[in-house]
Amino acid sequence: MTGTVYTETVVHSAPEAFAAEAPYQVAIVELDSGGRITARILGERVRIGDRVETAGEPGTTVFFKRIA
Amino acid sequence: MRPVAVVGIGKTRFGVFPDRDLLSLAVEAGEKCLNDANVRPSQVEAFFLGNFAGPAFVGQNHLAPYVSTALGIVGAPATRIEAACASGGSAFFHAWAGIASGVYDLVLVVGVEKMTNQPTARVTEILASAGDCSGEMRAGSTFPSLFAMIARRHMYQYGTTREHLASVAVKNHANGALNPDAHMRKVITLEQALAGKPVAEPLTLYDCSLISDGAAAVLLAPAERAADLGARPVRVLGVAQASDYLALDQKQDITTFPAVRRAAEKAYAMAGVGPKEIQFAELHDCFTIAEIVAMEDLGFVPRGEGGPCSAAGFTARTGGKPVNPSGGLKAKGHPVGATGVAQICDLAAQIRGEAGAMQLERHALGLAQNLGGSGATCVVSILGEI
Repeated sequence: MTGTVYTETVVHSAPEAFAAEAPYQVAIVELDSGGRITARILGERVRIGDRVETAGEPGTTVFFKRIA
Repeated sequence: MRPVAVVGIGKTRFGVFPDRDLLSLAVEAGEKCLNDANVRPSQVEAFFLGNFAGPAFVGQNHLAPYVSTALGIVGAPATRIEAACASGGSAFFHAWAGIASGVYDLVLVVGVEKMTNQPTARVTEILASAGDCSGEMRAGSTFPSLFAMIARRHMYQYGTTREHLASVAVKNHANGALNPDAHMRKVITLEQALAGKPVAEPLTLYDCSLISDGAAAVLLAPAERAADLGARPVRVLGVAQASDYLALDQKQDITTFPAVRRAAEKAYAMAGVGPKEIQFAELHDCFTIAEIVAMEDLGFVPRGEGGPCSAAGFTARTGGKPVNPSGGLKAKGHPVGATGVAQICDLAAQIRGEAGAMQLERHALGLAQNLGGSGATCVVSILGEI
């Protein structure tokens, strides 16, 4: 899946389950196929308007990364 | 519908109270309220409790009769209302509906939350459960992060700045310093607010409301009976609750809350007033950006102007439309289930002219806005002189 970053944040104060991973970036991605999804961003930080694609292993958390 | 009045108010201080449990806080607020109205517990015909996460925070369920019987209200229907951070406002709305419709004559509403006995990471997790646990929370979202994403988008669409956000924190801290019951009575500078520790970018610690213990209570009665009761009554001119999608990624435009606009439209119509007539307001500043968006959704300022208007002092005590003269959630504190009820207490105290150092010059017509989650529930209430 590919899409465009609609908004994003970097989480510093995380819930118990994710505390070990902080700081990490979360974004709402506007999918090219329609609709939006809240996802974790891997690698380079992204900004509103950046193009992203799915990344990482499929699981309960959806991961995206910036399209180089 | 019968006209309804607030005939009693009562609050605990908000703060970190290691030696107080949920029950003692709720009972203190409830008793103060009944005493204020000069009403005996046995006269109360129904009880509504606003509480977000008592079962998770303190391990107690079935909280409404747990609290009501401790207050001496035995036998009357006792119901807990959970609507995330709007639990208190929603309890108030349902109590109002019970009286307006003629089912009850005297209804007590208590809002309470005991939060500070848990570590911050656990509190963050409990608060996050007010979002969509199957989607956004699996990605590692927190409540601050949802409002951080709203702030980022608001900045992108309208040019809102970090300084605009910080101006809300500075103003609410200054107001909170005048409130003897506030959790934090500390004046802060713009520089301090801007240099706060990051929580979820672009929000810092100073953009976030507090984790507090506390309780608040109001007693409602038909307006026609209000004169027979103890305290100086305040009229409920309009009140409405509305809903919207739970998850932020289901919303078309995250820089506005449709539930706030829907509730406001109904409450304004019921009261027969518009945003211009409102003299002061207690708004749900769980995060600085939330106060800015609320100002816009309530029609206090045009879309996108919330930040500049706040920075220009429009919402200060001495400004055109004072917002959060109590210090708001930011400085007064945010014991989640108590917040919406405390807002009603604060409006009533201002309207009665009993707000002490917080008293405003123009205080005849006030509005409270209580938001649940990232906007899935909103309650807007308009109170005025009887």
